[in-house]
Amino acid sequence: MKVQIDPARCQGHGRCYDLSPDLFTEDDEGYGQVAGDGVVPPGGERGARVAASNCPEKAIVLAEEA
Amino acid sequence: MTVDDRFVRDFREGQEEPLGVRSEIITGAVSDWTTDFSHTEPEWAADPYPIQDDLRARCPIARTERFGGGWLPTRYEDVAAIAYDTEHFSSRAIVMSNYRPPREIAPVGAVPPISSDPPFHHDARKLLLPAFTKKEVAKREEATRAFCHSLIDGFEGAEIVDAARDYAQHIPMRVISDMLGFPPEDGPKFREFVEHALEGVNLPPEQRVANMAELFDYLLEQIRDHVASPRDDLTTHLIDAELYGRKLEPSHVAGTMALLLIAGIDTTWSAIGASLWHLAKTPADRERLVAEPGLLPTAMEEFLRAYAPVTMARLVKEDMHWRGVDMKADDWVLLSFPAANRDPAQFDRADEVIIDREINRHAAFGLGIHRCVGSHLARMELRVALEVWLERVPVFGLADPSAVTWAPGQVRGPRTLPLRIG
Repeated sequence: MKVQIDPARCQGHGRCYDLSPDLFTEDDEGYGQVAGDGVVPPGGERGARVAASNCPEKAIVLAEEA
Repeated sequence: MTVDDRFVRDFREGQEEPLGVRSEIITGAVSDWTTDFSHTEPEWAADPYPIQDDLRARCPIARTERFGGGWLPTRYEDVAAIAYDTEHFSSRAIVMSNYRPPREIAPVGAVPPISSDPPFHHDARKLLLPAFTKKEVAKREEATRAFCHSLIDGFEGAEIVDAARDYAQHIPMRVISDMLGFPPEDGPKFREFVEHALEGVNLPPEQRVANMAELFDYLLEQIRDHVASPRDDLTTHLIDAELYGRKLEPSHVAGTMALLLIAGIDTTWSAIGASLWHLAKTPADRERLVAEPGLLPTAMEEFLRAYAPVTMARLVKEDMHWRGVDMKADDWVLLSFPAANRDPAQFDRADEVIIDREINRHAAFGLGIHRCVGSHLARMELRVALEVWLERVPVFGLADPSAVTWAPGQVRGPRTLPLRIG
């Protein structure tokens, strides 16, 4: 699984980096950023889903890898 | 270096009185919530949720002729659509009252960036964002925690305390006055400014103008003091800030300070108060949070959803047919994030407070480009205020449920909250 943030939707609520700080971080203006390459490590899927399902702007995209 | 003389003269002198439109002040009991709604009447202040639920089910975009005419959408999808649609809805006024500022004040508005429309909005907002990131506000956590402890130390010996007056209100007042670099003892003035701006919407126009003048007199005094002796705070930051290669207009500096002061105080005061009110009347939730402090961040989001303090407003830009109603240019739209947050089409068991709700895509801090710039600060204050309270006062309840009072208008929270703590 891979996480992405749609920068056109993100408004900097910060729910992703509050809930899943291993996967997300903030930039200097508080907008969410994907930490590293966005590949979710084994066992991190739940954190990715929690972040995505709590984003008020629906800015987080989860891509399931084959 | 040239002397900064922007604030020597009162920037309001010589300014034409803005030519906005005044409407007739209509108060008194609401006859029919679908055609005559008012968020300023006692029935709404006491408990708006049954009214909103009823409207959502049978008239999801309610109407009023009060305030010169306006609309109240109560479905999440409609509130979200309006928040995202800056093409058809303007933020040039965000407090629904009997005065509409002239169109010419867009896109800046009186209190940028909350009153600003694109494209100016984004540039004005960028000046504030770095000071309000989670990382930046975390630096204030220790001082905020110490201050919360000092407030509770003051309860020594009391059996009953007013958690709104003696606790909740002081926390955001202290934090924002520290950030702006205002004297901490000016707190009582801030409370007056807040009440004037947000609860006085049906006062006579002359009174409202005089009240706002008092706020800006105070701000100008603080600005001049900072020009004379700059320091590391938001006031000096705004005085020094540049946009499009030049310093800000004096009215922009003062307007943004007014916004930070007003919006920074009663919103968070309301959120802290409403959370304590819920815990005081719900012993099972209180006991669970005392036993499981790790649940607090999740519970806090649920309090923000269920008791979202803030409702915004917009003005319709042009006549249009919108989702079944005929909106006219300059109609108000009351943008109720509290109503959106209780829409059963968006949330399971929307009318219940579930402190371990895992999926909570609430809109308490707004949606779209006007997302509350202070949301990270508010969350820090709310979390610390509740942590300290639950640690120090784990057992408490409502001393007199009928004595609890709620602020009317667009920011709703307890203003009197007697709790038995002894």
